[in-house]
Amino acid sequence: MKKILALLLAASMLFSLTACHGQRGLNAFEMPEEFDESKEYNITFWSKNDTNKTQVEIYNKAISDFEKLYPNIHVNMRIYTDYTLIYNDVITNISTNTTPNVCISYPDHIATYLTGVNIVAPLEELMDNADYGLGGNKVKFDSPAKSQMILKFLEEGEINGSYYALPFMRSTEALYINKTYVERLGYSVPDKVTWDWIWEVADAAMAKNEDGTFKLNGKNVMIPFIYKSTDNMMIQMLKQKGADYSTPEGEIKIFNDDTKDILYTVRDHAEKESFSTFKISSYPANFLNAGECIFAIDSTAGSTWMGTEAPLSDICSDDIADPFETVVRVIPQFDVENPAMISQGPSICIFNKNDSGEVLASWLFAQFLLTNDVQIAYAKTEGYVPVTSKAQETEAYLQYLADSGIDNNEHYSIKIDATKLLLENTDNTFVTPVFNGSASLRNAAGQMIENVTKSVRRKQTVDEAYMDKLYSDINSLYRLDQADTSNTDKDSLGPLPAESKALLTGLIVVWIFIILYFCVKNRKK
Amino acid sequence: MKKTLAIILALAMIFTFVACGDANSKGEEPTIDAKSEGVMTYEEFVAAELDSEVVVETYVQAHQSWWEDQITCYTQDQDGAYFLYNMACSEADAEKLVPGTKIKVTGYKSEWAGEVEIIDATFEFEEGSYIAPAFDVTDLLGTDELINHQNKFVTFTGLTVESEALYKWDGSGQDGDDLYFTVSKDGESYQFTVESYLCGAGTDAYEGVKALKVGDTVDLEGFLYWYEGVNPHITGVTVK
Repeated sequence: MKKILALLLAASMLFSLTACHGQRGLNAFEMPEEFDESKEYNITFWSKNDTNKTQVEIYNKAISDFEKLYPNIHVNMRIYTDYTLIYNDVITNISTNTTPNVCISYPDHIATYLTGVNIVAPLEELMDNADYGLGGNKVKFDSPAKSQMILKFLEEGEINGSYYALPFMRSTEALYINKTYVERLGYSVPDKVTWDWIWEVADAAMAKNEDGTFKLNGKNVMIPFIYKSTDNMMIQMLKQKGADYSTPEGEIKIFNDDTKDILYTVRDHAEKESFSTFKISSYPANFLNAGECIFAIDSTAGSTWMGTEAPLSDICSDDIADPFETVVRVIPQFDVENPAMISQGPSICIFNKNDSGEVLASWLFAQFLLTNDVQIAYAKTEGYVPVTSKAQETEAYLQYLADSGIDNNEHYSIKIDATKLLLENTDNTFVTPVFNGSASLRNAAGQMIENVTKSVRRKQTVDEAYMDKLYSDINSLYRLDQADTSNTDKDSLGPLPAESKALLTGLIVVWIFIILYFCVKNRKK
Repeated sequence: MKKTLAIILALAMIFTFVACGDANSKGEEPTIDAKSEGVMTYEEFVAAELDSEVVVETYVQAHQSWWEDQITCYTQDQDGAYFLYNMACSEADAEKLVPGTKIKVTGYKSEWAGEVEIIDATFEFEEGSYIAPAFDVTDLLGTDELINHQNKFVTFTGLTVESEALYKWDGSGQDGDDLYFTVSKDGESYQFTVESYLCGAGTDAYEGVKALKVGDTVDLEGFLYWYEGVNPHITGVTVK
């Protein structure tokens, strides 16, 4: 008996040792057979809203409704209004094993969380489980089936071959146009806008009166074209050109001639002062509504700020221009027959925990956010679209879209136009490859446009030498030359080095000798 | 002769006493008044074109939280104030940027939503110290002259609280986020802010503003920040 015990102990120690390789995080999540409703679960949810009180109220109602169905799950919400702050806090909390249970995030950020082992719960098993998965038998609410998820949006959460992000809401960018000003300049707004057209009209708007005011608006300020997210601007222009950005594996390809061409175009119009950015000048909506901008590109989730009748505004009523007609279009394209626009918006990330029941509780709450009531209510707050066909096809949602313009709040026409734009163009949306470092690459893409625009305003020369230095500086600043191209947490460890193999082999041999020693000793007794 | 000597000594003592005035409450005269070579006066800074390079010598009055090798500072000299947005700064140097610290700043003059600031700046420490006295701008509220004092450390006296503090501008935040509240003077309303990276939860200013009730009469102090109009960053509140 003692002999067997000694052998078992030795064997278990051996296995313990060999299991140490790469063990930097939690054990892999394993789906529980049953959800234990007798156990209390406190889960934390780090939410994100667009500085929008209604969105916070929707989250609160969702939590309250969910807790009524699952009285043993208590959801504590922390509110953020910035994805980057969530990202920073998650990174800080990974090291102390105090990540939230559920958080709103971008797939780019989740790719970085994945550099820790088993930090994030993979979603396949959860989604597909017959009892607790999407539309599962034992789920206590009317959950969408997997087939009712908009596939395009669902696939955006696939990282390294597994699903780690669940879409919550989707938006894209839209072009908000002061149609009145465009026509005053002698142009008409086309259904499909090209880059050439927008630059031409923007430059035409720079004509001035003798007193230095702009002919178009009679004011001292006119920035015809303002882009909110220059990250998106560069990414979408490259995509539309079919130009390189990165490989799916994370190889950085952005420093190419197409990028340079885009930057020279930016330079040319920054020189004419017909183009600026949010970071340099301020919110496009503020300039648009003040009659100091013609073309504002911003998220469809910013549509409630656009136009003189917009329900939200950051500028005082005295500064809002005389009413003008605002129209919404797909962002400018190089090839209007093959449009391409970014897919963006909040996704849900579930963190792994030692208690698999806690992860299942988190999953149930995350899944509750996909129910029709939550999806439709949240989508109505801005130019978002629900991520399930189940919600998109309901009578209530279709009626909401049909009622466009009946008021300037819930049915604000610009917001619903922006929503329809995405619904009609879902198949034309794209996302960039997600890998550890993709968030930095995205920032770098926008920073190049910001730098060029600022340099022109500062009367610096933007030429080939400038571009070479810019590429070098950005590459270094965003550490793109150190990007991890391995792209999976398994692969990131790579094969064992020869030294490690030798060490482990040595340990195994030593333990075999120890076991043999015990065996021989026991036989002698 | 003795009388003359006595007068001289008495005068000398008077000047000595004057120099000992309470720097914190009444403002501290800068120990170095003259600008170094290549450094702009405040008047020259005001006259400088937007997007041009500027070099100023100024004194830190307060700063927001340091983050990722950047810091945002409220600074002032005896002539005017400079808002230094996201200035390059190591964490070690950030700890030395205590109120009064003199720095030489090189950056670009910029304007964002009406706020004139210095961006993309670097700095170096210099010898000298100055704490700006609070400048009362109560009577300038609603006038065109107010903007001439942009970014200065200022006070407002006898304002009436019109709305209690909200977390974020529309109440969509939670404890620890920026506070927004409305005050009025002579029937005109103004939105003031407690910037959480400057005075976060737990500070007297943050907790004091949270406790304000509609109708309270208050004295406020802070920095005359601008966002699409005057939007001071409040650092002190007294309920009368």
